[in-house]
Amino acid sequence: MAKMNLLQAINSALDVAMAKNDKVTVFGEDVGHFGGVFRATSGLQEKYGRSRCFNTPLVEQGIIGFANGLASQGGLPVAEIQFGDYIFPAFDQIVNETAKFRYRSGNEFDVGGLTIRTPYGGGIHGGHYHSQSPEAYFAHTPGLKIVIPRNPYEAKGLLLSAIFDPNPVLFMEPKRMYRAAVGEVPEEEYTIPLGKAEVVKEGSDITLVGWGAQIEVIEKAAELAEKDGVSCEIIDLRSILPWDADTVAESVMKTGRLVISQEAPHTMAFGSEVAATIQEKAFLYLESPIARVSGLDTPYPLAHEKEYMADHLKTYEAIKRSLNY
Amino acid sequence: MATQTTKQPDVVTSVEVIDGHALRIPMFQLLDKDGKPHEGVTLPEIDKDLALKMFSTMQFIRVLDERMIAAQRQGRISFYLSSLGEEAASIGSAAALKFDDMIMGQYREQGSLAFRGFTIKQFMNQLFSNAEDLGKGRQMPVHYGCADLNFMTISSPLGTQIPQATGYAYGQKHEDSGLCTLVYFGEGAASEGDFHAGLNMASVLKVPAIFFCRNNGYAISTPISEQLAGDGIAPRGVGYGMKTIRVDGNDILAVYAATQEARRLAVEENEPVLIEAMSYRMAGHSTSDDPTGYRTRDEEQAWRDKCPLKRFRNYLLSKGWINEEDADAQQQEVKEAVLAALKEAEKVPVPHIDEIINDVYDTPTEQLKEQLEQLKEHVRKYPDAYPKTSEGVK
Repeated sequence: MAKMNLLQAINSALDVAMAKNDKVTVFGEDVGHFGGVFRATSGLQEKYGRSRCFNTPLVEQGIIGFANGLASQGGLPVAEIQFGDYIFPAFDQIVNETAKFRYRSGNEFDVGGLTIRTPYGGGIHGGHYHSQSPEAYFAHTPGLKIVIPRNPYEAKGLLLSAIFDPNPVLFMEPKRMYRAAVGEVPEEEYTIPLGKAEVVKEGSDITLVGWGAQIEVIEKAAELAEKDGVSCEIIDLRSILPWDADTVAESVMKTGRLVISQEAPHTMAFGSEVAATIQEKAFLYLESPIARVSGLDTPYPLAHEKEYMADHLKTYEAIKRSLNY
Repeated sequence: MATQTTKQPDVVTSVEVIDGHALRIPMFQLLDKDGKPHEGVTLPEIDKDLALKMFSTMQFIRVLDERMIAAQRQGRISFYLSSLGEEAASIGSAAALKFDDMIMGQYREQGSLAFRGFTIKQFMNQLFSNAEDLGKGRQMPVHYGCADLNFMTISSPLGTQIPQATGYAYGQKHEDSGLCTLVYFGEGAASEGDFHAGLNMASVLKVPAIFFCRNNGYAISTPISEQLAGDGIAPRGVGYGMKTIRVDGNDILAVYAATQEARRLAVEENEPVLIEAMSYRMAGHSTSDDPTGYRTRDEEQAWRDKCPLKRFRNYLLSKGWINEEDADAQQQEVKEAVLAALKEAEKVPVPHIDEIINDVYDTPTEQLKEQLEQLKEHVRKYPDAYPKTSEGVK
């Protein structure tokens, strides 16, 4: 075990994967010698050579198109999109190509070896274009897997699963936690299964669900609620496509209440899917309406970032409203 | 009826391979690196007033950039993007336009905006995201925009403005306005698909647009050698059937003359033009990166010797339009004015919380109004957690 921040854990996962399989390649804007704008790929070019870790020209649709081609040829590309906010030129390649490669060919061809890494989320004074949480756009696309880790341990284990999973995976990294989250991480290989949620904390009065950086927010809100004597159960979805509805439903059947806390704008964020599914699975167990705490339905602002965000206080208030319903 | 206008190629009877570097485009230059005009050149007609305006704008931008990099290091602003070393490219090109021509920037053209008349105060208000910022504090520092000055608000995603310029210019042509659109971008952004889309459409639709590429050698850490394999950006213009000029981006007189000719072609002949201005990004990409991690001091020094400001200053000195003393005094004055404006802008509060839902649509939806009310109620409950806006919701 070693103390690692989330970036170091990502770097360690890439290192382990590249050492294990020669077909793993890492590329994107500035990922080569410079090691990426966040330094997630530091040292990989030096260790594995320019043919396996390299800078690409500045063209996201090209990066993902290239990655699709390489994956269809049998490679295990790990393509980096520098910010989730800049993934949209590649939307066509991801939604129409990556996601449908296997299905449209009747499994003659697939791009299952592909992993797309991209930082997402706010809280870093990034304004409109360095803060967004675009996971819901992609969650509407059958054929993709979407994984979002909350801390360094999770990041390494989930990324290793993503790289070697036989399906294309969009791996979204909470950039606010890159250096803020530090924890014990094994230096060797280990994996965490995709599509399985984790009960981070057990409780009996209310279920709190989130993913990625929002788990930290939820934990802070739960601490406030615990002081009021409320026992909170916290679930990290880890994967939002496919997602583990059973673990959430089971928890809600026990607690009778559910608050979903998410960074993205409210309307059509992934929490909407969670709410709809849980009311189907656990309707008669619910003692109050399922609540969603989200960003506002506005572009992500700069000066009003604090006000915009679905923070721990808003989450705490939602817990109280749910209990006092 | 549409016609097939691609010229029929001549026929050859053995395989003819055109070398990928067959087309070498020369660089237009008027002043040598010491500011001395080359023998026998025709300099553009620039009167003393205009020359001094160009020079003072260059001095101002140099001071502003240096001061704001320092302000970011002091933690007074969150982020900054400087145009150090590229002042001639933006200011020389803006000076050759008509005021009513549209400018679309990438994010390193504060010089053009200053030339158009954006005030120190306006710069500072944007950089501090305060209540007086025209952009209402919504975007990161340096994402300026000003309708009154015909300067489109900047967006971070790279290259998106390029096809937009084609569309804007089409509208200008459609209205028979006699105006054009000049759009800036870097050689890195020229790798984006939007570059291809924008230039190809401009050529096909014959719009009065000037595509101004600042080739500064780097896209964050990625050198041009890892960005493209051809001879820079200029040959691509020829591929689109577009008139193309390569100019020394550190020679403000050459940039001015090149842009003037491009404007004439755009407006009088509806010919879009690609200009590639050769320059160098003297600072990091932004305050978020350190260039010592990806390039050498020697390389930087070689370009420092080609400083566009020093070059133009020497030219003006030799012409007798400025003297050392006045130029230095002016720079000192600007330094003080920038510092005073900075101190003033950082005291101005952020926009009122109500602004958070404005401009999503022309008028806020009922859902947004409801979200705002809930937010205000929440802020009233926890005023200490939202110190920037709690005062305004009491």
